[in-house]
Amino acid sequence: MDIHEYQAKEILSGFGVRIPPGGLAYSPEQAAYRAREIGGSKWVVKAQVHTGARGKAGGVKLCSSEQEVFDAANGLFGKRLVTQQTGSQGKIVYRVYVEGAVAIERELYLGFVLDRSSERIMVVASASGGMEIEEISANQPESILRTVIEPAVGIRDFQAREIAFGLGIDPAHIQEAASNIKGSYRAFRDLDATMVEINPLVVVESGSIVALDAKMSFDDNALFRRPEISELRDKSQEDPRETQAADRGLSYVGLEGKIGCIVNGAGLAMATMDMIKLAGSSPANFLDIGGGASPERVAKAFRLVNSDKNVEAILVNIFAGINRCDWVAQGIVQALEDNPVSVPVVVRLAGTNVEEGRKILAQSGLPIIRAATLAEAAERVVTAWTKNQKHNVKLVASS
Amino acid sequence: MSILLDRSTRVLVQGITGRIGNFHAKEMIDYGTNIVGGVVPGRGGETVHGVPVFNTMKQAVSEIEATASVILVPPPFAADSIMEAADAGIGLCVAITDGIPAQDMIRVKRYMWRYKQERRMRLIGPNCAGVISPGKALVGIMPGNIYMPGSVGIVGRSGTLGYEAAAQLKELGIGVSTSVGIGGDPINGSSFRDVLALFEEDPDTKAVVLVGEIGGPQEAAAAQFIRTDMTKPVVAYVAGLSAPKGKRMGHAGAIISAFGESASEKVEILRDVGATVAPTPAEIGSTMADVLAKVA
Repeated sequence: MDIHEYQAKEILSGFGVRIPPGGLAYSPEQAAYRAREIGGSKWVVKAQVHTGARGKAGGVKLCSSEQEVFDAANGLFGKRLVTQQTGSQGKIVYRVYVEGAVAIERELYLGFVLDRSSERIMVVASASGGMEIEEISANQPESILRTVIEPAVGIRDFQAREIAFGLGIDPAHIQEAASNIKGSYRAFRDLDATMVEINPLVVVESGSIVALDAKMSFDDNALFRRPEISELRDKSQEDPRETQAADRGLSYVGLEGKIGCIVNGAGLAMATMDMIKLAGSSPANFLDIGGGASPERVAKAFRLVNSDKNVEAILVNIFAGINRCDWVAQGIVQALEDNPVSVPVVVRLAGTNVEEGRKILAQSGLPIIRAATLAEAAERVVTAWTKNQKHNVKLVASS
Repeated sequence: MSILLDRSTRVLVQGITGRIGNFHAKEMIDYGTNIVGGVVPGRGGETVHGVPVFNTMKQAVSEIEATASVILVPPPFAADSIMEAADAGIGLCVAITDGIPAQDMIRVKRYMWRYKQERRMRLIGPNCAGVISPGKALVGIMPGNIYMPGSVGIVGRSGTLGYEAAAQLKELGIGVSTSVGIGGDPINGSSFRDVLALFEEDPDTKAVVLVGEIGGPQEAAAAQFIRTDMTKPVVAYVAGLSAPKGKRMGHAGAIISAFGESASEKVEILRDVGATVAPTPAEIGSTMADVLAKVA
């Protein structure tokens, strides 16, 4: 789960990381009021959206009067911010964060990740902050410092100092930098984060170290014990189809192709998408119905996929272990009887109770194209989709 | 022979009184697995499917000499159960539970290292379908009937894609020595590499199917092992060719977040070290048939 910059900063500040003075606003008036509260003569108005690279997309504005703060906020609210990371649909701005501008001397990078090779939390730091870590590793790989944290004892003072010295921090400010680093690590560990990124971490004119931007992501599997983090969820920043699916116990990722997929198991779902691609079309989504799916859950999955306007054919691919083909078939029949669909539907069933499942589909009298194997399923759905397209083109031409 | 598991393996079910634990204990017993008991704190003294339930792993191990365990407890308690198994001297622990926090797994892995190598537990999973040595024993949740006994090893992250591979092999009359699901989590017990090493040493495994997916460094580590230590042929498939970067595809670990973690990059790495890459997931079985024909 991702959170906003202002939320991440509030959390990190609670762990002793220094942040600039700032305040959240839901309206231009409130933004101007925040600027007055913060004081000073320069402010930064920042769109709060769940994505990086906001600056390049026009989501961060430097202002020198309350009126400019008002205008900047006014221009951002409701705007669809499209960055390199959001995809073409972008993210809509509903909140802005107003922050007192600081005089930047140097920009650094400080990140924390779950490192899958060492199976530990790893600190990634670089003296070349301000650009994406991918850019840093492409352009200045030698500037990247990596430190693995031993879970039994946590981050040690010497490790934090080594990183601080490695970043070229002035000796008078080493302790301050080290306490920022240790605080960020504790926030990561104590709150079950999967990523903390402070980019840039800046050295200001006085030599102090301040977190100018901050991103945090959290482990969905640990939210059961982090109710305070779950509360920070902002559904307006999620793909509505994914939110809807998650609320129904389905794992769904929206994509940009034409073939809707309903599969059990993440690996088989990815393999099914691959098959569609290799057969000459592309998947509209990833969808895993999970284990032990009831007919109701299958019907919901079917309706969800069918509600996507991009979907021009549907492929159901089930290899049942702890699932049951008869339940899946019942779910499909139920969904199709409630809401007849205009696109071709191909169903492949295998595994537990396959005969019962096939019988239910056959007896339903519904126009379901059946397939016995994965290869057959992919080929039939793409063929049916292609035919349907030609048919539609003809209809348009003759009308 | 087979790896990890055979008829003599004495298996405990951690969480045997729960709905899921109870159901799968029965399935495993029906398959012929030597299930010798269960462990559920506070339920010691009860009997489930004819086997005794104990309060603690230590007690179960000392009284009925169990050597393996399967974790079917809910995610908040699963990491603790795995550590309890390690401490009780269990040799093989198969964790089925999906949804264990990643930092719990960091602690589990660290905890397992407190034991010397000769008594260090081998962990499979979590978030996996388990292990099956067809015709001998099943410790997991896979449908036993799709596996035919034979001499091809299977190792994969995904449960259902592993079923797909086994079913394709069976269709072509090719049997399986052991199939191991290593699970879809970012931090897991045994890696592809660990399981390949076991297959390499197993005299009854002639070739191995490796089913990888996007995310993480374990396919690359497996490739390294294939190049330096593997004499048996490997057929590989990596799922997620059409998965976009930065999007988690169901499994907690199935996300492309760094260089080398996409399906096409992993395929390239595996092909480079001499693995035969199945062109599509529907051709895992036929690719293996071709490879076996060449070996014979």
